[in-house]
Amino acid sequence: MRKVTVYITLKQGVLDPQGKAIQESLNSLGYNEIEDARVGKYIELKVEDGPNLEARVTEMCDKLLANPVIEDYRFDVEEAEGL
Amino acid sequence: MKFAVVVFPGSNCDRDMYHAVKEVLQTEADLVWYANSNLENYDGILIPGGFSYGDYLRSGAVAATSDVMKQIKEQAAKGKPVLGVCNGFQILTEAGLLPGALMRNKELSFMCHQEELIVQNEITPFTSGYDKGEVVRFPIAHGEGNYYCDEETLAELKANNQIVFTYKNNLNGSIENIAGIINKEGNVLGMMPHPERAVEKLLGSDDGLRLFKSMVQNWRDTYAANA
Repeated sequence: MRKVTVYITLKQGVLDPQGKAIQESLNSLGYNEIEDARVGKYIELKVEDGPNLEARVTEMCDKLLANPVIEDYRFDVEEAEGL
Repeated sequence: MKFAVVVFPGSNCDRDMYHAVKEVLQTEADLVWYANSNLENYDGILIPGGFSYGDYLRSGAVAATSDVMKQIKEQAAKGKPVLGVCNGFQILTEAGLLPGALMRNKELSFMCHQEELIVQNEITPFTSGYDKGEVVRFPIAHGEGNYYCDEETLAELKANNQIVFTYKNNLNGSIENIAGIINKEGNVLGMMPHPERAVEKLLGSDDGLRLFKSMVQNWRDTYAANA
């Protein structure tokens, strides 16, 4: 069993109004060192080990998990200990 | 002309859509539950607004992978008219039937009021009853109606005259004020504003009625030409 962690972020250049609101809130709390914030998604998948695991996860990201028009993604694969 | 109003779990404008075509326009229509459906015998497909699958992952993303979407793609490929409104528009972009994506409104708030739109393309089976440049009033009701596409896609949309409706005022951050676009083939229209909620003067506007009338008229003309 493997644990796949998928990180999805908005593409650079795509405006992120949620991130902007977070940045402004942090600034108003006095954290003036915050220049930018970007919001993304984190998805954990428990996957049966098999051939082409990485290719299949890439396919899943392209088909459903991320929207390639506005989002980028990356993922890590590790042993599924303690899941 | 017989319409299918496709209903997903979480659709909530399906009754309005059905009312517009069935009761106001007096044409044939069925509410079609997304599972085990057969769209073969319908002449036009309407994908209503709402929050299909609770907007999980991204608005429209889960509905776009459903079996009924495969059928909608097949029927669209045959040239049948497909209209997606609000969540229906989001589903059409997620399914790849229309380019681009709909993101959170720039001010992050859900917006629900009447808006003025400009008809940019009156040479479609959906808008032949309007004049180019005409200003119409449709209600909007969305939190994620901020249309985005890359520059290459935008240039293509413009070159092919695929931008059908624009907002008079940019309210949600949409590129070029885009409110509705059509596919290259000219039979799949997606739009955020709600024409089905603007079919009776009593409710503030009947500007949307002509959209459905145009669909019926174009279907009759095609049907007569093929008969």
